[in-house]
Amino acid sequence: MWCFSQVKGAVDDDVAEADIISTVEFNHSGELLATGDKGGRVVIFQQEQENKIQSHSRGEYNVYSTFQSHEPEFDYLKSLEIEEKINKIRWLPQKNAAQFLLSTNDKTIKLWKISERDKRPEGYNLKEEDGRYRDPTTVTTLRVPVFRPMDLMVEASPRRIFANAHTYHINSISINSDYETYLSADDLRINLWHLEITDRSFNIVDIKPANMEELTEVITAAEFHPNSCNTFVYSSSKGTIRLCDMRASALCDRHSKLFEEPEDPSNRSFFSEIISSISDVKFSHSGRYMMTRDYLSVKIWDLNMENRPVETYQVHEYLRSKLCSLYENDCIFDKFECCWNGSDSVVMTGSYNNFFRMFDRNTKRDITLEASRENNKPRTVLKPRKVCASGKRKKDEISVDSLDFNKKILHTAWHPKENIIAVATTNNLYIFQDKVN
Amino acid sequence: MSAEVPEAASAEEQKSEHNLLFWFMQPLIVNSLEEMEDKVTSPEKAEEAKLKARYPHLGQKPGGSDFLRKRLQKGQKYFDSGDYNMAKAKMKNKQLPAAAPDKTEVTGDHIPTPQDLPQRKPSLVTSKLAG
Repeated sequence: MWCFSQVKGAVDDDVAEADIISTVEFNHSGELLATGDKGGRVVIFQQEQENKIQSHSRGEYNVYSTFQSHEPEFDYLKSLEIEEKINKIRWLPQKNAAQFLLSTNDKTIKLWKISERDKRPEGYNLKEEDGRYRDPTTVTTLRVPVFRPMDLMVEASPRRIFANAHTYHINSISINSDYETYLSADDLRINLWHLEITDRSFNIVDIKPANMEELTEVITAAEFHPNSCNTFVYSSSKGTIRLCDMRASALCDRHSKLFEEPEDPSNRSFFSEIISSISDVKFSHSGRYMMTRDYLSVKIWDLNMENRPVETYQVHEYLRSKLCSLYENDCIFDKFECCWNGSDSVVMTGSYNNFFRMFDRNTKRDITLEASRENNKPRTVLKPRKVCASGKRKKDEISVDSLDFNKKILHTAWHPKENIIAVATTNNLYIFQDKVN
Repeated sequence: MSAEVPEAASAEEQKSEHNLLFWFMQPLIVNSLEEMEDKVTSPEKAEEAKLKARYPHLGQKPGGSDFLRKRLQKGQKYFDSGDYNMAKAKMKNKQLPAAAPDKTEVTGDHIPTPQDLPQRKPSLVTSKLAG
């Protein structure tokens, strides 16, 4: 039973482009929640420490830090406008007091260090409190500077800038389980980086054809295996997933496994390839399964079985009879993401009309919920929604034609340990919690 | 939606009428059933037919997928510096036509000039999520 917890962002309907949320990600402990937007800004929320007395709900998320990660650029040589939109944020596991995350736009990946400062030195002999240098001849006594507590300040500083390695647009970054390397993927190539080295990157996948006229598919997403540091997968616009083993060769153009569901050729239509394009791929926490999202469904694959998924969940099958208009308004190209819960028992993905869907893999039950300000009293239980495909519409159901296709939920995230979810509408971030007790 | 109530007719009349209609309509019913089956088993094909009716030239271009090339060219403003300067010279005083959404073209028919390009300044405003 899901309850409203918080909503962040402006209420007004007139959404500035810069405010469009483009990525949402919890860190490894779930204490921090980061969002990136089209304006190149990152906002990090921190969960407040639980009040042990009032344990009916888990801590709220409040703003911890915000900074400008990327800025718009113009590549004069190629005459390319480089958007500052943050495509992905990935957290590094915490090694010391500071937090680190990777954020990327279309061309450049940056490693950001977020650190806290809660004390400052005071009582310098040669400097005034405001930083100005004192005339040494005016110093008559000496004192020992001391650290005094100050209001908590959270600082974000760029520690590494990984640039100039991608000709095409970066769609994914993924940190390896060795915590030393990471991959970045664009439409045609995947590169391997070392977190300490910014002037070199290894190309590990290259699907660019010698003759661009022969281009038939592009890379849509890529991810490292959560446990095997030699294994990664990448998905394509044709609905296939390739698993590669970096031990096999330096250039992983030949896959170790190819995951593809056979298609019935009689069902093929103009839309088949477009709707089969995979918009997101995510390994389960266990590493045994991976989930893919295509336009109409979510599929769970067992890494041991390449010829078909083990589970398929329909997200919004009623849209199949609306493909013509969805093609005309470009919605058919929307890239929905998907995510697992901490125990890999439930998966979640977004849809239109600010609806999002959850599928319980064990009970085979699914639910549709709505992210809306209408239910924004804390601990209000969310009412399940239902879309009526055609014919008789029951009370409380919404007909397909009334769906607002401008209200899309593309980005969702699930807390790694608890039943807390973050759901991004166009410009608002909703946080929902499972009813405790 | 309320169910439609058929007009009442005497039972005998209905029966004989139905018998005639049954035999007469047999081939017609079969045909429309097939059509219905096509639509029932493949709403996608029905949608495809709709699309082809509106854009007859769709999918007939040779040499690679339009979608993919469009995707790879995202963000490209000018072909080269010559293109840029020509555009600047030509469009100086002209009113620019509105870019028409055309599903068959990969490149737009509208060459942007510096006045056209939105001001590419970084957001100095804090995100509203942090407000």
